Amino acid sequence: MRHVIEPTDLTLEEQSELIAEASLIMRNPSRYAEVCRGKILASLFYEPSTRTRLSFESAMISLGGSVIGFASGDVSSAAKGESIADTIRVAGCYADICAIRHPKEGSALVASQFSTIPVINAGDGGHEHPTQTYTDILTINAVKGRLENMTVGLCGDLKFGRTVHSLIKTLSLHPGNKFLLASPEELAIPDYIKWILRDRGCEFEETRDLEGAIGKMDILYMTRVQKERFFNEEDYVRLKDSYILDMAKLEGAKPDLAILHPLPRVNEISVEVDKDPRAVYFYQAMCGKFVRMALIKKLLDL
Amino acid sequence: MLSIDSIEKGVVIDHIKAGKAMQIYSYLNLDVLDCSVAVIKNAKSAKLGKKDIIKIEDRIDVDLNILGYMDPNITVNVIEGGMITSKLKLTLPDRLVNVIKCKNPRCVTSIEQEIAHVFKLSDKQQKVYRCVYCEQEQK
Ligand SMILES: [Zn+2]
Repeated sequence: MRHVIEPTDLTLEEQSELIAEASLIMRNPSRYAEVCRGKILASLFYEPSTRTRLSFESAMISLGGSVIGFASGDVSSAAKGESIADTIRVAGCYADICAIRHPKEGSALVASQFSTIPVINAGDGGHEHPTQTYTDILTINAVKGRLENMTVGLCGDLKFGRTVHSLIKTLSLHPGNKFLLASPEELAIPDYIKWILRDRGCEFEETRDLEGAIGKMDILYMTRVQKERFFNEEDYVRLKDSYILDMAKLEGAKPDLAILHPLPRVNEISVEVDKDPRAVYFYQAMCGKFVRMALIKKLLDL
Repeated sequence: MLSIDSIEKGVVIDHIKAGKAMQIYSYLNLDVLDCSVAVIKNAKSAKLGKKDIIKIEDRIDVDLNILGYMDPNITVNVIEGGMITSKLKLTLPDRLVNVIKCKNPRCVTSIEQEIAHVFKLSDKQQKVYRCVYCEQEQK
């Protein structure tokens, strides 16, 4: 039995297989509509994350399976006071596979240690979120047709954004990728990520100037700059506009740039950008369902 | 002072910082052994002035890895047939189970009762351990 708690729980080769399988499903979803007939996904969401929950549940239903579980609203009755260990042991009596979202770091690992069914980490308190990373690489692969030899821009909160760290760690394993890291100084990429990049011989550049760097990018991964991350309102107001993507900043960008965002978006991408064919973040959300279909299928050995 | 000749077979944990013997006794779970264990406090030491010593008789299979984490100056002599047959070189253990507690309030160990606090060695030089659940480091 396999669990997926962090992106590297699948080897790079398995990730490639997953992406290939998800691409097949995406091309012909009806062929997979009965694959999980009779199987049940336990969807254990201790905190709100509507988008992730919907994508997991939609993935299982699209495979012909069913979903049980709870969302944060009814946690009080479902699991209040009960340990994660007990909840997962009970879920194993009723379901074949589980997706768990919990605000504490390491919660999914704990679940996997006590579980009789495969556990997928659907986010453990901003710690790991492997299906987001798989979604991102499926999207890039689908749009660009490759995962190597690209200049990858990442913009916004590069300090706390774990999805950004996971994506860099994954893409740096593919040859020839360069990274342009655009963020305010307060939210710059942590040192340990830079060590990984140096260790792997990847070129990277840090910049405060998104507009100046955008012309070199093949991929632009946007994230939200949250007000709470700043010590004072002034810094936030002063800085946030430099990291908001609008049509003016896109002027110097390549015609085949792909703009990604893990969603939900607040204001970091101006809505006028949505109409631009380079904006692929809603397509990315769709990819999220297909990659989860492929993952559920794999973990259930179907 | 007791001398090591007095045991035929066993382990002598020497050069323990004075006053730390009981802490080590409890981390090594020596209380559950049914062989004889001697704890010597404040023995004279040329190197340390004062030191503690623990002697475990008859057993040489006690897991002593944790000592490398607690104090790398500790020396361990294995005695067989009344002779020191080897001196164990203490290294930092790869894992620490229930030795240190994770201090990260966002960590699952802060709410989940029945799990062990487990740390993995992530940097030998700097003696850095990371919580296996949240990856928070502890030196
Ligand atoms: Zn922890």
